[in-house]
Amino acid sequence: MNIVVWLRQTFDTEAKIVLDSEGKIDPSGVSLIINPYDEFAIEEGIKLKEQFGGEVTVVALGGSHVSEALRCALAMGADKAVALQESALEGSDEFVTANVLAEVIKTLPYDIILTGRVAIDEQSSQVAIRLAEILGVDSVSSVLSLEINENVAIVTHDIDGGYEVIEVTLPAVLTAQKGLNEPRYPSVAGIMKAKKKELKILSLADLGISPAAIGQTGAKMKLASFSLPPQRQAGRRIFGEPEQTAAELVQVLLAEAKVI
Amino acid sequence: MANDIFVILEHTNGQLRKVSLELLSEGRRLADRTGEVVSAVLLGTGVGELIPVVAAYGADQVILAEAPALENYSTGAYTSVLNKVIREHQPKLVLLGHTVLGKDLAPRLAQRLGVGLVSDCVGMEQDDNYFVKFTRPIYAGKAFSHIHTEVTPIITTIRPNTFTLADPAQDRSAKVIETAVNIDPADLRAIIREVVRAASSRPELTDANIIVSAGRGIKSAENFRVVDELADVLGAAVGASRAAVDSGYREYKYQVGQTGKTVSPTLYIACGISGAIQHLAGMGSSKVIVAINKDPEANIFAVADYGIVGDLFEIVPLLTHEFKQRLA
Repeated sequence: MNIVVWLRQTFDTEAKIVLDSEGKIDPSGVSLIINPYDEFAIEEGIKLKEQFGGEVTVVALGGSHVSEALRCALAMGADKAVALQESALEGSDEFVTANVLAEVIKTLPYDIILTGRVAIDEQSSQVAIRLAEILGVDSVSSVLSLEINENVAIVTHDIDGGYEVIEVTLPAVLTAQKGLNEPRYPSVAGIMKAKKKELKILSLADLGISPAAIGQTGAKMKLASFSLPPQRQAGRRIFGEPEQTAAELVQVLLAEAKVI
Repeated sequence: MANDIFVILEHTNGQLRKVSLELLSEGRRLADRTGEVVSAVLLGTGVGELIPVVAAYGADQVILAEAPALENYSTGAYTSVLNKVIREHQPKLVLLGHTVLGKDLAPRLAQRLGVGLVSDCVGMEQDDNYFVKFTRPIYAGKAFSHIHTEVTPIITTIRPNTFTLADPAQDRSAKVIETAVNIDPADLRAIIREVVRAASSRPELTDANIIVSAGRGIKSAENFRVVDELADVLGAAVGASRAAVDSGYREYKYQVGQTGKTVSPTLYIACGISGAIQHLAGMGSSKVIVAINKDPEANIFAVADYGIVGDLFEIVPLLTHEFKQRLA
């Protein structure tokens, strides 16, 4: 089975977001991690390989630092990595990213494409589905469990207020939800082996993509600015005996805040 | 371009989802300023009885697509029908809810139409040329990006609770445009085998007006009972912090925060939640925040509109009791 996993690098969840002098998100001093949901995708890819044989290829788009994330996935047990390292990708919207990612994936054999259900930075949950549309295959989002039977995937996934079991024909794009598995840690032996595994670096020219088609020039959506949420102010402390404080809180919520 | 604002409706068990009504309400407000037409798009079978409700919330017309293949949502069939309807009517703006359905449908539709999509939008404003500027949270609400586009149709999924519901005007009516449905069998490749919805009288976490949430301070799964009881009195949804979920006190689907659900209810009651940055990111846009925590130094108090320093096991049952009496 040919398994492709698309990874993204995100800020650590502990990161505080600040804007630089140009009003952009300031990455300085922030440590980068593999997007937490993508870790479930890597793990699932490796488990499928262990069950059915084949190869796991991890793919990432971005600047030079994405190779760190790919090396980590190789250390976990992925076989090969492909990176499109292109700083001009910055400012791409989901339309552009999906088109570029599709060009990368078209260079690979694939039976199943896995990624996380959302990237915790951009959190738009669009690219995986757009990718499926470009490739002309089905997609299932927020996958909780997966069973493969010949060329059919039987997938349990989250829906509002419950779950659904859906059957799709492979190839398909699946996005991983927390609960799908427990991602393994890279072992020391895995880290050593990863150094020898293939990490192929592609350029836009390799894919025949014009630089004008990416970044903000290729994007349908134009980025106007960033802002930080208004600072919430600490409000009123309610003091007293428990009975008193509870009664007062109920009173202010009903009469003053009028939120019930 | 007669049909300027499209609202793609979502319904389950013969009921329109609240977010769909919010979108109709906001579509109406936009159209009242610009003189445009609000078209509601309704897909399903036997959904005609929803039309008066759709009209009451502001639709000028309803584009109705009825076919057995549309009874339940499927990505393929819904995308195919909407792609055709949108190409035919050429709306400027297409609104969907940022729900499981909206998140699945909108990216596929946008890609098929070759346009952008603003996901999880929490604010829209018009400029002089009508092109709308959109605000969406990134990093789970630790920051916002503001974006615009001149490529139409502009598609956006709007987070539930972003727009206030209008008062329905029962005397309004809407023109019904029936659209022929031809579905390619290839669009129905995916087979739904089972749908399980937990029997719950509680609202969806992301839809809820009120959320009562607990953190590590709840100490056990059984203790969540005190939170459940308060939620029941208030008709609220129940949430949990990552600490509570990781400790096994509540299932992941209740998790609020950067690696869980992002919510913006009118009232968020945080019980025994310390207020880690990832949690604050997920609920910081709540209109009113109440914090109950034993630790007077807990971070949560820095964002709370009302704070009580105290034991949640004492305070929360007292709140339940007090609300029961006051709301009776």
